Amino acid sequence: MNAIELRGVTLARGDRIVLSGVDAAIAPGEFIGILGPNGSGKTTLLQAVLGLVRPSAGEIRILGGPPRASAAAIGYLPQQRAAISDLAMRGRDFVASAVRGERWGVPRLNAADRADIARVLDLVEGEALADRPLTRMSGGELQRLLLAKALLGRPKLLLLDEPLMSLDLRFQAGVVALVRRVQQSLGLTVLFTAHELNPLLGVMDRVLYLAYGHAALGAVDDVITSAVLSKLYRTPIEVLRVDGRIIVVSAHGEMDVHAHHDHS
Amino acid sequence: MLITTILDYEFMRAAFVAGTIVAIVAGAVGYFLVLRDLAFAGHALSHVGFAGATGAVLAGVAPLWGLVSLTLVAGVAMGWLGDRLRGRDVAVGIILSLALGLGVLFLHFYTSHATQATALLFGNVLGVSMARVWDLLGLAVLSLAGLAAISRPLLFATIDPELAQARGVSLRLVSVLFMMVVALAVAEATQIVGILLVFALMVGPAAAAQRFSSRFRTGLALSVALAVAQTWAGIALAFVTDWPPSFWITFLGFIAYGGSVLATGVRRRQNI
Repeated sequence: MNAIELRGVTLARGDRIVLSGVDAAIAPGEFIGILGPNGSGKTTLLQAVLGLVRPSAGEIRILGGPPRASAAAIGYLPQQRAAISDLAMRGRDFVASAVRGERWGVPRLNAADRADIARVLDLVEGEALADRPLTRMSGGELQRLLLAKALLGRPKLLLLDEPLMSLDLRFQAGVVALVRRVQQSLGLTVLFTAHELNPLLGVMDRVLYLAYGHAALGAVDDVITSAVLSKLYRTPIEVLRVDGRIIVVSAHGEMDVHAHHDHS
Repeated sequence: MLITTILDYEFMRAAFVAGTIVAIVAGAVGYFLVLRDLAFAGHALSHVGFAGATGAVLAGVAPLWGLVSLTLVAGVAMGWLGDRLRGRDVAVGIILSLALGLGVLFLHFYTSHATQATALLFGNVLGVSMARVWDLLGLAVLSLAGLAAISRPLLFATIDPELAQARGVSLRLVSVLFMMVVALAVAEATQIVGILLVFALMVGPAAAAQRFSSRFRTGLALSVALAVAQTWAGIALAFVTDWPPSFWITFLGFIAYGGSVLATGVRRRQNI
């Protein structure tokens, strides 16, 4: 059984078709990097897997069932818009706030909840962050706590939306390596969206490349090629390999497609 | 002793009981208000309440009820608009001044009491009757029960709105319900420190508590404790000095917050 299966999936935001006719089968335990330019539908695709966005055509199967049925098996790290680094709350309470946070009533933890919080903090090597306020954490440390939160409740799938955004290069490598370690020790299926290809090289098993409504899924060497990307972008694209890094540029050379880190 | 002398007077007993009830509500609700970065909303709600309070006086009803009704309406509106209010300082400011202006107009028609205006604006905890204490208790129970019912999703939605939304929390519903709780708390706080000084009870203790402790439970308890301590000491000092309790409560709030800034500033330097 596939962890995630998309059959002819079309996703729309209002009137705008974001992705159309996407087919993909992702096996349990795979680490999939989702790449593509801004607005190519990376976040929308994750939200469809979560069951928050319903396909206007086609079908999504998660662990053999419809998305909503597997909600408990999915850990989610949303793209961060709010400034959590201003929060004068310690790490443990930050993680704890997500435990059954959707229910009414007073926030209360039982012994099993506390054990789960200790487990996820341990997984992300974040025990030292438990008693420190978020105001005194680096971007990399905040991402570790967000990852811990996504691991609450022992999910089988992990959806990480731009966890490298606004991180320095040195923290990026650390976050990617940590996600890989956790993924391998727990046998998780990971969908990891990113702006940039290079931090994920050598870590992801396959890449799902999105551009202009279409998708290509496969090994990096099969997808990040001039032929495949030129077809996706509908303009000639060149793929350069320099010192183990990959640089994607338009064939005319005047534009880096996404080699540069983009903070927008 | 001093304590027994103070408590010989019924108006002092009423002041202490009313102050305690209101301080507990303000400390608890204020903690979430500051955590959500909505300190100004409490201030805005009380201003809107002024028109309600003076309108009630004109209609021959106790000002508390006019205040509660109007802060509730404004609270629902603010909760519904939520983030869309950010950056609309001009529109919000103009509505606030209209509310204060209406209040002035209503007071103008109700010519007999100039002291009424001062009491509404700056509070008059020593004028609270035992009958009014029961009203305050009822509102306090309502406000705290509401807060208890929503506190878990409220905390979740405050800290991590994107994840909360993905897990099925309606951010708008939580926001509206919370602003209703805030509206009740603001109406209560005005009975002690008045419309203009609501910050002293709703924001000061909570902000100080969040600087002193990064633990959720400790911070919440500390916020309530500081609000109560500030109110008790303020009333007692007013009795001794014959200065207005509202002055002492705001002054002690300044001391508590200033102390927290100094203390955490020093601690931060020690860590480096």
